[in-house]
Amino acid sequence: MTPSERIALAVALLASSAVWLGVTGTPGQGQDTVKSHMNRAAGLAAWQQLYSVMSSPRCIDCHTASAYPQQGDNRHRHLFNVVRGPDGHGVAALQCATCHQSANADSTGVPGAPGWHLAPLSMKWQDASDNILPSAAVCKTVADRSKNGGLDGAAIVRHHQTELVQWAWKPGLRNDGAPRSVPPIGYEEFMKATRRWVSAGMPCPQ
Amino acid sequence: MQTFKFTVNGKQRQVTADPGTPLLWVLREDLKLTGTKYGCGISACGACTVHVGGIATHSCVLPISLVGNRPIVTIEAMSQDAIGRIVQESWVEDDVVQCGYCQSGQIMSAVALLKSISSPTDKDIEESMGGNLCRCGTYVRIRQAIKKAAAQLPKGGR
Repeated sequence: MTPSERIALAVALLASSAVWLGVTGTPGQGQDTVKSHMNRAAGLAAWQQLYSVMSSPRCIDCHTASAYPQQGDNRHRHLFNVVRGPDGHGVAALQCATCHQSANADSTGVPGAPGWHLAPLSMKWQDASDNILPSAAVCKTVADRSKNGGLDGAAIVRHHQTELVQWAWKPGLRNDGAPRSVPPIGYEEFMKATRRWVSAGMPCPQ
Repeated sequence: MQTFKFTVNGKQRQVTADPGTPLLWVLREDLKLTGTKYGCGISACGACTVHVGGIATHSCVLPISLVGNRPIVTIEAMSQDAIGRIVQESWVEDDVVQCGYCQSGQIMSAVALLKSISSPTDKDIEESMGGNLCRCGTYVRIRQAIKKAAAQLPKGGR
């Protein structure tokens, strides 16, 4: 089932709930409740689309819980003893920028985008054993302003428009010349889902 | 082919090259600055380390088109750099070098480390120098020389 089909199914299920609520509640309250439930369901469906992107290698590789980033679709530990450092930009003489520049270097296979760095530990989307956290846990870190760098909904939308986030859909070539994989949905769909999730109040699965 | 202008060791330079040409080859082949070495070509060994905009950078994976207006400093300029000179003298005093092939990269990373952290711990040294390999195994002497150089630096930062 495609993400769009999942959203349609969720809305249809809520519509059938709406009929039931309309019968049992007071007319005004019922309609408000239905609207709220439908909005939340649409928001949750949008969140699942965001999660499908955030848990893909192009994003999750730098949202580790460890002292190092990961590389590749198999998320192996970054080669060359690269470490997180005090601010997620590496250490004094071995920074992210020691290799990663402001754009992909396809002639050598080194990816790059402005501001290349590891997400802070408060935005880790993996556990200490490098397992990807479940949807609900990732959602909480993204929605929680005490963990996400103080971003409200509008700021999250803007964050998703940065060149570093957009890099996930333009990741360049690996050093064997093959293209890197991209997230499971396109960037436009990702942005639409971001706006739907934000306008629904950034709901998270239980 | 494109023409690129940039600063190397304080001098304006101009080269015409394919935009994807790694900086390493521009330095070695076009500018004849052969102190910077080719080791692995995939940013795995650090032999090609130079400073780009003050950041230790592996020049084998930096296309010339991405250098922009950031100044480049190579091993050839270290004897005119206050910290670079102290590091080179420590290297000589402690007889760090064996075959020497990786050592220009080692010194460039050591200088970048000491410019950022004037009293590095063993962990700082391990982490910062982790991108520079030495097949002769001179790591113990490298650490010793970095500490000796650090002892001669004015204290103020970390």
